[in-house]
Amino acid sequence: MRAPLTDLPVAFEDVSLRIRDFTILDRVSLHLAPGAPTVLIGPNGSGKTTLLRVAMGLIEPTAGRVTWGGREHIPPQRRAIVFQRPAMLRRSTAANIEYALAQAGAMRSDWPAHVAELLGLVGLAGFEARPARRLSGGEQQRLALARALARDPEILFLDEPTASLDPAATKAIEDVIRTVAARGIKVVMSTHDLGEARRLAGEIVLLHRGHVVESGTAADFFAGPKTDAARRFIAGELLI
Amino acid sequence: MPSDLTAVQLVLSADPELMGIVSLSLTVSLAAVACAALIGIPLGALIALTRFPGREACIVVLNALMGLPPVVVGLAVYLLLSRSGPLGSWGLLFTPQAMVIAQAILVTPIIAALARQTIEDLWVEYREELAAMNVGPLGRIATLIWDGRFSLTTALLAGFGRAAAEVGAVIIVGGNIDGFTRTMTTAIALETSKGDLPLAIGLGIVLIAIVIVVNALAWGARRAGERFSG
Repeated sequence: MRAPLTDLPVAFEDVSLRIRDFTILDRVSLHLAPGAPTVLIGPNGSGKTTLLRVAMGLIEPTAGRVTWGGREHIPPQRRAIVFQRPAMLRRSTAANIEYALAQAGAMRSDWPAHVAELLGLVGLAGFEARPARRLSGGEQQRLALARALARDPEILFLDEPTASLDPAATKAIEDVIRTVAARGIKVVMSTHDLGEARRLAGEIVLLHRGHVVESGTAADFFAGPKTDAARRFIAGELLI
Repeated sequence: MPSDLTAVQLVLSADPELMGIVSLSLTVSLAAVACAALIGIPLGALIALTRFPGREACIVVLNALMGLPPVVVGLAVYLLLSRSGPLGSWGLLFTPQAMVIAQAILVTPIIAALARQTIEDLWVEYREELAAMNVGPLGRIATLIWDGRFSLTTALLAGFGRAAAEVGAVIIVGGNIDGFTRTMTTAIALETSKGDLPLAIGLGIVLIAIVIVVNALAWGARRAGERFSG
């Protein structure tokens, strides 16, 4: 019997992305394997968002290769992404999730149970009939998380999921991320917030100017950064 | 004043002649809008979602065609359908079908241009989400049309308003034949020139009422969109 196809691990082999004269990713090599969350950190413009988009398969690199479970150029079947500013479909909260369920091929008769479970998971039970675009920023982020999880992903990319949220909304999102990671879904997220990285990360990848400056376990990274850039970043200095 | 009173009586008593004209007008305009929607919405979606050389010029032309002069459209359709024209063998000149064709040509650019704008705005917003959900091309178009349905309804109503109020095209291709191709606008023009003001005023009242109802529906569609879609 053949093993089921999987999107993991996601492997970057010398991946570069150049648009006109700008180098956005510079010979990035990464191996995203099942396990604790991988957190991408780095200053603005370091390439975190682009790396997530390339890892999702939304952008083709101009050099190098990306593989999902050892295969190249495969559509996003078992991976999902939540963008920093997710677009809400002009439908109800429940209908946003139903749309993702339909695209993922879930049986229509199972939708109500899935919707209830996912909205419960992200703390939006009772919001089913509300227009998604009328939800607050934090609620929209949580709905986007539920919508992404409706695809039953093996790997979930989150682009600064708590940017511009207040502490309570940030905690709600982080709780969901922990729950999701505990269920065995590989989380790969970007953040500016070193505190958040400490709270959530199993692995850290520090990016600067499109280049991976340092990567490793979160414990090692914070306890003994190996590069000057990492030391300065952890110390709160500006990396320019 | 007496003619005004007679006009109101004609409307209130549902005068058969007046009702026949109103019925034909609505039938022709609704059919024209239906044809224009079948062409205009997919055309608008195609322009919104594809990139090709000359696309910008295409959008400028489409927007410009929203102001197409009805008499010019009437003349063009007349030349096409006249006995010596390329489609003369169809025998459609001076029939309601010819009026539908002329009005559909007038309304299609309005619906296509407004649909293009609506769908393109949504596409900019949805593009990455739909790509991330692995939605195919037909699914994308269906999603954008469904989620833009309230704005597209407004576009259809704008098209209907244009069709119902125009006179230049239908008078040329319809011929204003009593009981066959006489619409509200052509009847108003004719009856006014004949001095039969009660019927002209009565039809004017109905036409204005229709315009108000259409605008109320457009407003209602917008409100419904805000309420149900956010």
